[in-house]
Amino acid sequence: MANTFSLPPLPYAYDALEPIISKQIMEIHHQKHHQTYITNLNAALAAQSVALTSNNIPQVINLQQKIKFNGGGHINHSLFWKNLAPNGSPETNIDHAAPSLKTAIEAQYGSVQKFTEAFGAVLLSLQGSGWGWLVSNGPGGKLEIVSTKDQDPVTDKVPVFGVDMWEHAYYLQYLNNKASYVEGIWKVLNWQTAEDRYLNGVEGSAVLKL
Amino acid sequence: MAASLIRTTTRAALRAGASATPKGAGVAGLTFARGKATLPDLSYDYGALEPHISGKIMELHHKNHHQTYVNSYNTAVEQLQEAVAKEDITAQINLKPLINFHGGGHVNHTLFWENLAPKNQGGGEPPSGALAKAIENSFGSLTEFQNKMNTALAGIQGSGWAWLVKDKQTGSISLKTYANQDPVIGQFQPLLGIDAWEHAYYLQYQNRKAEYFKAIWEVINWKAVEKRFS
Repeated sequence: MANTFSLPPLPYAYDALEPIISKQIMEIHHQKHHQTYITNLNAALAAQSVALTSNNIPQVINLQQKIKFNGGGHINHSLFWKNLAPNGSPETNIDHAAPSLKTAIEAQYGSVQKFTEAFGAVLLSLQGSGWGWLVSNGPGGKLEIVSTKDQDPVTDKVPVFGVDMWEHAYYLQYLNNKASYVEGIWKVLNWQTAEDRYLNGVEGSAVLKL
Repeated sequence: MAASLIRTTTRAALRAGASATPKGAGVAGLTFARGKATLPDLSYDYGALEPHISGKIMELHHKNHHQTYVNSYNTAVEQLQEAVAKEDITAQINLKPLINFHGGGHVNHTLFWENLAPKNQGGGEPPSGALAKAIENSFGSLTEFQNKMNTALAGIQGSGWAWLVKDKQTGSISLKTYANQDPVIGQFQPLLGIDAWEHAYYLQYQNRKAEYFKAIWEVINWKAVEKRFS
């Protein structure tokens, strides 16, 4: 039996992101939604293993989208929890926590303010479920704001940080007012993790080993 | 359906005509004068689908979500009219995703409200006649059909809808899912739609979406579906 994946613990308490993200949202999001992606990923990988052994090519092909969706859900949420930090913690202060990334952001976007506005606009223009990401094309490289649909993961760039724009990420608290969620997320953004990924990629201290 | 989606008022027509006129061609102004999309009224109270869909969900879903699609569609169409007036093909093509998304959101929700009904207005009463026969022939039984539709709904990866559709070429019915707000257009005609966006159930069911898919059959307006089918 191949290895199976399990739910990574949150690096903070469920209520640590209050009042920006409620305890109830964090609990359901982590314990239910993220767990379901992992459960379905493990099931899809087990089915794939059987299909590969029996050379069932149509079945192998058929399983790829399930693996992409649920594997992406696992990867995205794992990255997301780590790039958030308790409201008011030192990690949320870009000046102290992310000097290199801040310099790069200012060089490319003019100011942090302009960057957050551009990032927010990308988040709010998503049509359906998806994610907004700040990505770089390598350690210390060029930055770009991208969105991915549903649970598509970022695979060809370094995901510096991501923001979940699925309705389950904010609806219990913000209802249809997703602009308020987008505005608030900066108060709980872990710039320390972002800096680390920007300089070292995700193979650095923010390891995501699947 | 078209009549309920686009309500032309004299005022709106005048406004649209007036805004297009200064751009030049009077003919163009006439051509592009059209009614703005408006939020259709529900034919039942927000609380009427309880306990299957809460009044709070219905109110937000209708007054906020649907209204946003209507507003954004009207904005996109205004921009489209400007682009057409300027003969700016690139701008027109750029607007396509917005028109599809917000126009689709308006069409889908309008159909959705109509294919729901409270119990005391026939909600949940099984279909009869030709539609009942078609469902039996295509799916084996109504229960089988509901199971398959629920499986389709549960399998949507992200936001979207599941529809019972009719093939305009063959007349046969089948199940299809659509991403985000993609509307049922072209070869297929929408008969019955169920909204699988999280905003359609999250306040009441959270991540237990299977419970929502099960409950919604109690308030399906099969009479409206029969009407679309015939």
